[in-house]
Order: sequence, then structure tokens, then C-alpha cells
Amino acid sequence: MTELLCVSTRKGLFLFEREGAGWEIRRTAFLGDSVSLAYLDPRSGRLFAALKLGHFGAKLHLSEDRGASWREIACPAFPQEGDKEGPSVLEIWTLAAGPDATLWAGTIGGGLFRSGDGGESWALVEGLWNHPKRAAWIGGGNDAPAVHSLCIDPKDPRRLALAVSCGGVWQSADAGESWRVTSAGMYAEFMPPERAEDPAIQDVHQMVQCRAAPQSFWAQHHNGVFRSTDGAASWREVTAIRPSKFGFAVAVHPEDPKRAWFVPAIKDECRIPADGALVVARTTDGGESFDVLRGGLPQRHAYDLVLRHALAIDEPGKSLAMGSTSGHLWLSQDQGENWKLLAGHLPPIHALGFAQV
Amino acid sequence: MVRIAFTANLRRHLPCPVLQAEGETVAEALAAAFAGNPRLRGYVLDDQSRLRRHVVLYLNGRQAKLEAPLAEGDEIYVMQALSGG
Repeated sequence: MTELLCVSTRKGLFLFEREGAGWEIRRTAFLGDSVSLAYLDPRSGRLFAALKLGHFGAKLHLSEDRGASWREIACPAFPQEGDKEGPSVLEIWTLAAGPDATLWAGTIGGGLFRSGDGGESWALVEGLWNHPKRAAWIGGGNDAPAVHSLCIDPKDPRRLALAVSCGGVWQSADAGESWRVTSAGMYAEFMPPERAEDPAIQDVHQMVQCRAAPQSFWAQHHNGVFRSTDGAASWREVTAIRPSKFGFAVAVHPEDPKRAWFVPAIKDECRIPADGALVVARTTDGGESFDVLRGGLPQRHAYDLVLRHALAIDEPGKSLAMGSTSGHLWLSQDQGENWKLLAGHLPPIHALGFAQV
Repeated sequence: MVRIAFTANLRRHLPCPVLQAEGETVAEALAAAFAGNPRLRGYVLDDQSRLRRHVVLYLNGRQAKLEAPLAEGDEIYVMQALSGG
């Protein structure tokens, strides 16, 4: 068994492997190109890399040998509408595979796509795209709405939950055929007051689900941290988060639904750590209280921002990794108390993912 | 018959040699090129068959649209717009 850490950056993909007590870059790929994310399907061992080529659009590549070789496969695309205003996939922003081997892709552009053949061909999930409330979605920090978090219930793969920036939380209980919006409890300070509680425009930055307790979800939202204990049907704001309630990333322990990590920043246009000190906020009691963890992290003139896919926890819940827009990559082996710098000169980091192969 | 050449930057991603194609318009000539190289289509056009925002076409040295009519011996260059970093 090899432990892998996939580091997707603005200028390439870096594949770290655990070597004894440390981690080393074992392979690189797509150097010079922007890699949105990499995803390793734990069941098939197939490694996918989503690229966003500045001139030539979103692309998807597949490796069946842990990154030694790659081939381009089909990229999700919207059906042609014969309309000059029709949608286009701007970027693949999440990939997830269920136990039935269905591969799902969420995109900037707002489309959710499904593949039944491991990514060789894709179909738009029409039940979501054609939902009347989907028309309320708006772009948040991107030119178009973005499906960025996709949770497949580990006990029932027909149950899907996804989050959209800005489009709220959506769920399907029938493998994507029908959808309902379930953002009750969230609010949007960035909207006119009469639309603040509109569930279909909530700017969820990231949503995660606890593997051992699939009813438990956490969300880092533009306006704060929210938690659900009823299968994402309703949400309660977690106000104890410190030092600030804005951020992009959240990770939940796979076995303990009350244990979660955040990387707070100054909100809205600033998007830098408060007081120039990078910290991780951790709760172990379901959000009643938070520890602000600083061990090994820069505390003076640090302007590292951790994007929504750049905080990861491994499957056993032992290792955490965090990557920043300043190209720093840290690892913690003690639940976030202390962090060790693994690399300090990478390109801006978009996404991290642990895998075991 | 017209001549179609592609920016060298595209060759980092897939083979796209200079080729000859038939067509009444730039779009038709490109469609003929994509028929022999299906992956190329997604690098030049988006989901709705629009020219990608950061790709630019030149016809006989002048910037052109997909709808531009073609004459025998015309030369099309598919270039990347100067954007990004």
C-alpha cells in the first residue's frame, strides 16, 4: 500500500508519496499548465486530473499507473442549444466516484455531469440543470455558478448532496434523477435583505460529509460556518469560529462528526489571514468551541490563502495537509496541533487529495 | 481548398499539423479539420461551437470570425489570444 498526496497547482500536478516518516515528490505532470484538481478513485485506482488551459479550455486526463503516464479523455460538455448564449464548461471543480462506479463531475458553468464508463463519455444531469430554482444561481468569484462539493452517501450511493457557489445545497435521493434545494438556516449578507434567506443563492464555499456519520455535514459559507446533523436538510450557524468566520476550506474527521478544521481569513475582497498570521481553527465538540492552532505555521506577514479544495484529511483521519496560494504545503500528523512545511516553493496550490493505492 | 495552420502552443497538447481543407466559411473548413482530429475541436471551440474566448482566427493575415467566407487558396491561422500568464 502506497500513500499518495496529489497537489494540484496553477502550474502543474505534483504527486507526493510517503517515504518512511516523510513525503517526497515522486512524480510531476502537466508542468506549466493549470491543474484544477486531481482525484483518485479508491475502488478502481484510476487517477484523474482536471486541467484548465488558459486559452484552450477545460480538459480531463486519466492515468492508470499512478501518474506515470496520462491520456486525455472526454471532458464534460453541455449539449448544444443552437443558442449563442448557451452554457459552456469553464472548469471541472469536483470529481467523485460512487461504489457503483458512476463518476460525477461538478463544473464551473454550473453543470453536474455523470459518466457510466469511467470518464470516457459524459451526460449532463438534466434533473438538476432543468430544475426551476436552478435559474437563481449566480457566479461567486467566478464568471458562472460553480458546483464544487459533491458528497455521495457512503451507506446509500443513491443519496447525493452537492453545494454550489452561489446556489446553495442540493440533494437527490434517487441517484440524480430529481433534486431539491436544502439550504434552510443559511443566510447571505451579500444579497438584498428580501433575498438573504433564498436557499438557491447561498454562497457555500465548501461542504463535507462525515463518512461514519453521513447525517453530519459541515459547510464553510461566505458568511460563516454552518453545521447540519439531519442529512443536510437544515443548517445551524456555528458562531464560535475564531478568529474570523470567513474562509474557503473545511475538513471533517472521517470517524468523528464533531471534529472539523477550518482556515479562517479576512472576508470578502481582502482574503488574507487575520493579522498576517496563518492559523487553523479546530473544533472537537461539534462547533461549541474552537482551538486556534498555530504550531509550525507562519505568524508574521503571512498572506497565504487556503482555497476550498486545499485542506485535506486522509482516509484513516490521521494526516491533514494544507496548501496555500503562496505555494506552501504543510502536513500535520497530530490533528492539526503542529504543522510541518513539506514544500515552500510550489506554484499557487488549488487542491489537495490523499489516496491509498 | 484552403490552408489551415495552428499555433505552436497547441502542439504541446495534441498533434495539429498544417492541413488543407474545403469549406465555404472558416467554420466549415475548421469542421473538416476536426473530422480528422476530433480532440482538436474542444481546443478551438467551446460547448456551443463558439470560438473560445482566448483563441483568435486570422484569415489571410486579418482577424476573422467563424462566419467569414472563404476563397480558393485562402490561409487560416488559429492562434491563441495574448492573455493569461
